[in-house]
Amino acid sequence: MSVPQVELRNMTKRFGANLALNNVSLLIRSGTVHALLGENGAGKSTLVKCLVGFYRPDEGHIQVDGREQRLNSPKDADALGIGMVYQHFTLVPSMTVAQNLVVSGARLPAYIDWQSELRRLTEVTRKLPFHVPLDVRVSQLSAGEKQKAEIVKQLYLGRKLLILDEPTSVLTPAEADEVLGHVRSLTRTGELSAILISHKFHEVRRFADDVTVLRRGASVRTGAVADLTDDALAEAMIGEPVSKMVPHAPRLPPKPNVILSIRNLCANGDNGLPAVKDLSLEVRAGEIVGIAGVSGNGQLELVEAMMGQRDRNGTIAVSGSSFNGTRREIARLGVYGLPQEPLKNACIDRMSLAENLALRNFDRAPLCRGIAMNYGALVEQAERLVAQFRVKAPGLTASMSALSGGNVQRAVLARELTQDVCLLVASNPTFGLDFVACEETYRRILDARNGGAAVLLISEDLDELLGLVDRILVMSAGRIVHEVPAESADKRVIGKYMAGMKAA
Amino acid sequence: MSSISGIEPVPPKPLVTAAQLSVALPVLAVLLASAIFAAFVALYGQNPATVFGLIVQGGFGSSFAWQDTLSRAAPLVLVGLAVAIPAQAGLVIIGGEGALVLGGLAGAVVTLPFAGAHAFPMQCLMLLAGALIGGLWFGLAGVLRQYRGVNETISSLLLSYIGIAVFHHLTEGMLRDPASLDKPSTHPIDPSYMLPTLPGVGVHAGLAVSLLLAIAVHVVLRYTRWGFALRVVGGSARVARMIGLAVNRWIIGASVVAGGMAGIAGAIEVAAVQGTANSSLIVGYGYSGILVAFLARHQPLAIVAVALLIGGMQASASLLQRRLGLPDATMLVFQGLIFVCVLVADAIAQQLRETTRR
Repeated sequence: MSVPQVELRNMTKRFGANLALNNVSLLIRSGTVHALLGENGAGKSTLVKCLVGFYRPDEGHIQVDGREQRLNSPKDADALGIGMVYQHFTLVPSMTVAQNLVVSGARLPAYIDWQSELRRLTEVTRKLPFHVPLDVRVSQLSAGEKQKAEIVKQLYLGRKLLILDEPTSVLTPAEADEVLGHVRSLTRTGELSAILISHKFHEVRRFADDVTVLRRGASVRTGAVADLTDDALAEAMIGEPVSKMVPHAPRLPPKPNVILSIRNLCANGDNGLPAVKDLSLEVRAGEIVGIAGVSGNGQLELVEAMMGQRDRNGTIAVSGSSFNGTRREIARLGVYGLPQEPLKNACIDRMSLAENLALRNFDRAPLCRGIAMNYGALVEQAERLVAQFRVKAPGLTASMSALSGGNVQRAVLARELTQDVCLLVASNPTFGLDFVACEETYRRILDARNGGAAVLLISEDLDELLGLVDRILVMSAGRIVHEVPAESADKRVIGKYMAGMKAA
Repeated sequence: MSSISGIEPVPPKPLVTAAQLSVALPVLAVLLASAIFAAFVALYGQNPATVFGLIVQGGFGSSFAWQDTLSRAAPLVLVGLAVAIPAQAGLVIIGGEGALVLGGLAGAVVTLPFAGAHAFPMQCLMLLAGALIGGLWFGLAGVLRQYRGVNETISSLLLSYIGIAVFHHLTEGMLRDPASLDKPSTHPIDPSYMLPTLPGVGVHAGLAVSLLLAIAVHVVLRYTRWGFALRVVGGSARVARMIGLAVNRWIIGASVVAGGMAGIAGAIEVAAVQGTANSSLIVGYGYSGILVAFLARHQPLAIVAVALLIGGMQASASLLQRRLGLPDATMLVFQGLIFVCVLVADAIAQQLRETTRR
């Protein structure tokens, strides 16, 4: 089978009212690497999931070597030699590489002749530039070796179009260079075509032939990488200011007193590798500081380390006192938060709406005297908050999952912002919310700031940040790499820092 | 923005509420298990109606039957609590048997150096010693879970076997009364230290202790900030950390208290029934307690009722054996059937909840 040329034409995909793909066309020339660039939620994953038969597009055609194909399931994609390497590994950790490769075959015989399979495997893998030990258990491989094993698996299965979904997000720079370098050389020798999903410009520049930039579900720029400057790519990715109405109260000069002070903060990610590296920042009273960055650059770990949900090194001080996230400190120093996906990260599903509204103050008067809870006062407080923040719910005893996303957010806003807020930490607070709920969240955050609170707003949405904040910090690879006041912020410059093109 | 404020019905009401479901499911499970059990005894050539009649008679048919049932219910209530308390924090700890036998051992030996003291402080001391050792034993499972990532269900079950082995090792070795020939036991406790019989009931005071503890646990879980915090921890450790609760301490604390309950159950068996620590303690109360807690859906007051039911069933076992010649293990079969049916009912309820949510 020769290396295919794959063309996607006028692909459109809707999820409910949400237009995930809007008339996107893409041509992957035979024997090239085609990069897909774009922010989170730009539609990259949706597009390739259509190509591997995971989603069915609402409109559009897929042509392989000029012939129209219908992909109804991943099996159809498999038959056409289209395969995908996912961001997260899909190998069985307790089996050896060889076993993983053999069992991944679609037509597995009832009896496996391991001797002949191993011979065939050795034969196939010897020709590849990737060297992966075949008889080692996957759990003992490093991340880079696992990624190579994933690619070897695809090649072993005879895949000719390889889709790599942010393959380097879990790799060290050296591993990333090696893996992508091999993919590049395989396309050069005409054994493979590849789609590379990335938001790192330098990878695209070094390892891709063509590039298509997606933004909000639409293809905004496409062409040979050599013909496009980094500036042009950054501009296409970040886009011109859109007419998203973000209300902004007149900026006031921040008060001089520093509320939040982080010094030399280090924290590890779930994989045990450093995610936040020696990070320092300050937020003053009456100021909103925004942290921009592509997701997975340590923002989540930063927030968790601040809120006492993750082990850390370094000092975090609020209003001059050390803060470790205990209940007493939270109440005394006034540290509250708006996490992303509030249903999951700020609510207890198996407890009622009224109880969830009391999570912050259930152990203080008037809700509690000594150790005895006063459920009458708890219900009274819930009634008051529900009315004040217009939370719509089937009842105060309803579980949180009976509420719509916007109303869950209203409940969390009610709980967090009616406390004595001195520092508010909001991370992607409008993720997945509808327009009305977004607007209300913005208004409440601004109210908190105007009331003198310090606000740290972590967001992947640059428009949201530029509309709301007084000062922007850009986070990349666990560090703050750029800082600029909002009024003199240049999206293109910020985009470059976000993409890791410039170091601090 | 909408001008409507306050509560308004949004989704349609489900056919049955969660509260109704939580009562209906265990009842249905017991009925189903009874039907299967009826078929089982029919295979043995017995009339199921006769068998059920004897169970009622043997468990609840006379004052003697009630005494037997109640004295069995006392430890069952406590080991049921030992499962239900960690369940509030999202833990499934099933090692009550180990904590019970070690608690019994501690209760049996702690008063031996003090001969001729007042009875009441000695009785308190026995229960406290049992609580302490049982608490330590469950606390181990909690610590292993929070600091080493060991699944608490498995570790507590395995710790149970270790506990029983330690019990045998000590009662047959260091702590053995040389006078106990055919049944290795510790030295008997001073007869004056034995728990008294409750006047008018004819059952030992351990029953009162376990009822009081069940009520206390109910009040703490339902009406105090400790119960509230424990439910937050059990609902989501992530959110609990966000609002500043020390999750490790709450989980380990709940484990220790739960182990204390099982330990007291063991100490009561020694101080009220056996008089020494010997292998008669290891009769599976710890495992029956799992059934009690699951059937009662981890509600302390429901645990009292279910413990009576299971206690009555166990009390009637000898009657079935004597009258009908059914094997001694018949009641274990019935218990096992109930447990399986409860688990199946739980799984079905879970699916129902998920499909109605879609």
